[in-house]
Amino acid sequence: MNFDFSDEQKMLREQVSRALTEAAPLTEARTALTGGFEYSERAWNAIAEAGILGAGIPEEYGGLGLGRLEWCVTSEEIGRTLAPVPYLSTIVLAEALLAFGSAAQKNMWLPRIAGGQIIGTWADAEGPRELRADNLQVEFKSGRLTGKKLPVLDGNIAGLAVVLARTDDGPALVLVDLEKGVSRRALKTLDKSRPQAELHFDGAPAELLGKAGEGWTAYTQLMNRASVLLAFEQVGAADRALEMARDYALERHAFGRPIGSYQGIKHKLANIYMANEIARVHALWGAWATSTDASDLPLAAASARVSANRAFTLAAQENIQTHGGIGFTWESDCQLFYRRARLYAGLLGPELDWKERIVTSIELSNAA
Amino acid sequence: MDFSDTPEEAEFRASVRKWLEANAQRARGTSGRFTGTGTDDIGAAKAWQASKYEAGYAAITVPEVYGGRGGTPIQALIYRQEESAFAVPTGVYEIGLGMCVPTVMMQGSDAHRDRFLVPAYRGDEIWCQLFSEPAGGSDIAALRTRAVRDGDDWVINGQKVWTSGAHFADFGILLARTDPTVAKHKGLTMFIVDMKAPGVDVRPIEQMSGGAEFNEVFFADVRIPDSDRLGAEGDGWNVALGTLMMERMSAGQGFGFFGATEVLELARKTEIGGRPASSDARVRERVADWWINEQGLKLLSYRAQTALSKGELPGPEQSVNKAIEAPQAQEIAYFARQLRGQAGSMDGEEIDEDWVHVDRSWLWAPGMRLGGGTDEVLRNIIAERVLGLPGDVRVDKGVPFNQLTS
Repeated sequence: MNFDFSDEQKMLREQVSRALTEAAPLTEARTALTGGFEYSERAWNAIAEAGILGAGIPEEYGGLGLGRLEWCVTSEEIGRTLAPVPYLSTIVLAEALLAFGSAAQKNMWLPRIAGGQIIGTWADAEGPRELRADNLQVEFKSGRLTGKKLPVLDGNIAGLAVVLARTDDGPALVLVDLEKGVSRRALKTLDKSRPQAELHFDGAPAELLGKAGEGWTAYTQLMNRASVLLAFEQVGAADRALEMARDYALERHAFGRPIGSYQGIKHKLANIYMANEIARVHALWGAWATSTDASDLPLAAASARVSANRAFTLAAQENIQTHGGIGFTWESDCQLFYRRARLYAGLLGPELDWKERIVTSIELSNAA
Repeated sequence: MDFSDTPEEAEFRASVRKWLEANAQRARGTSGRFTGTGTDDIGAAKAWQASKYEAGYAAITVPEVYGGRGGTPIQALIYRQEESAFAVPTGVYEIGLGMCVPTVMMQGSDAHRDRFLVPAYRGDEIWCQLFSEPAGGSDIAALRTRAVRDGDDWVINGQKVWTSGAHFADFGILLARTDPTVAKHKGLTMFIVDMKAPGVDVRPIEQMSGGAEFNEVFFADVRIPDSDRLGAEGDGWNVALGTLMMERMSAGQGFGFFGATEVLELARKTEIGGRPASSDARVRERVADWWINEQGLKLLSYRAQTALSKGELPGPEQSVNKAIEAPQAQEIAYFARQLRGQAGSMDGEEIDEDWVHVDRSWLWAPGMRLGGGTDEVLRNIIAERVLGLPGDVRVDKGVPFNQLTS
């Protein structure tokens, strides 16, 4: 039994933590929130220079050939600093290429991702409508892509996207160079520290990633891997929000005592701690499943997703509550976590769907 | 990262399993479920413990010189994991061998170790823990049972409560007040008490769940020789903290409550609106939420196992276990009762074994939310020891015990 990261992976985490603390203190997230930039190039360069973007990419495609666990520990540190970087979106694209790309597609793009030369993303949602295999409107036909996708995380800064589209043979994943035949519009979002865009494809040249007709299954697999990565960002951010609340509760006095000596605050923070610990072990389970391609991946990804949503949302909202009035001001960092928690809970589809996947999986294993 | 045993662990697990297969029955259906009735078969429990002792599984982490196996905490955990799949009676020894006897080993004299350890491991003698009192529940140090020195003896007068298994225990570890003129934590001392001694009166407490596993224990001029003191006079609080720390080593043991997968299975057999309740979205969402916590606790126990496997002590995250499981068991059992419609007010025995299990969970959960640290005390512990928040304001701090108002 070794249900933990290795010493080397923990060392990498330390290294990433130091680099990000320096390159992306919370002021970077605030700058992004107030429109100073769309992402922190400083933080992005720090991640790229550490070679992390290529950690899970085989050496033959310019990566380090380590594995997915290194991507996961990095996600946790990005969460801790709320670093405004297109990490999740780029790694999701890398995963799509790794799983479904042809040799030519991998040779073309993976080295550039590993080297930090291109930002990637995925585009699935089509506005507020339910996303299903049978109601996709964006269409891929004769090498051309038509229709609108929104919201697309990092859609206005990415150079390459994997897009879920309909074809005559059923859903498919397609690869689109966003510099060609794509118009973009930045969206107003709840968390402006991470940009989202509308992508309008007007006959944009595109190519299949994997087989037409198998796109929905491929998309589901891709979202399972995305869920694990995102869960680590959420756990890291939830830990940081809890630390903020704890530090403030020690420092702030009311009625002659630190507010952290009142059970009303102590029990609140203990509840956050419990939620964080549950989320952490599910994320770790997901990391194991995604790195070993375990048959448990759909279940582990779903429980990582739901428990991480739960933990980060609780930590972010109760951090404001613990801070009192100061936590409600624009200048307080509490809002950064509150907004980011909402963004992350929205990405990858509704929590209710993921809960349904959990129950379906339990039923399958009960029947077995 | 992997979930498999090391080769040494795998070998140990295989030998344990082989021995269990040869000597016990696998738990089937409801046979492994907890009954919570207090009607333990002491003879069967003693026989099982004796056979474990002969096979070297009764005291795995205890040095051979004291009658143990000289093994590792991870071997002890592997044994517990394997044994939990078998229908064997271990309950009456849990507190004694888990907490009391280790205290005797650590704090006792050589004469104590020679006298008590082997009979305890072999199961001949059962131990109980005499800490809680009517005036000292969460605030154990407020206890009032007095120990007064008289020559070479101490004379004990007072009352303990919620003592598990006192009605069949042979010995107990007793926390008593030896000096009421100092602050409450400082005037306590730990003793070994013979439960059959004159003046010890054990009266079972009938629980709201119907069973009687706990007792009131009255002491009237009970004499304990000073040689049966555990630790220094006035150091009883620290000795007691050491006893309670032992709980950490038993991380990851579930309580056998009716759980999320079981409620889903039950929902397949009942209906809402003419369709299986298991297809109802409200049922499914709750099951998902509960399952996440259950699986989370299982994964947390793997973290503890990882630490033990590396020869380390499990981390503080293990403290969340009961604070999550016990209240959730209450919720699940309440929810499940809805699935039997108006018959939800009927005793499960009117229906079938699954429903009996639901009822036991529902009636037992309130007790589990209290015993071994209430929901609230556990949150205080997390807040103070893990998060570093200040202790509660203590108006009795530093005040001599005999000057406290209540």
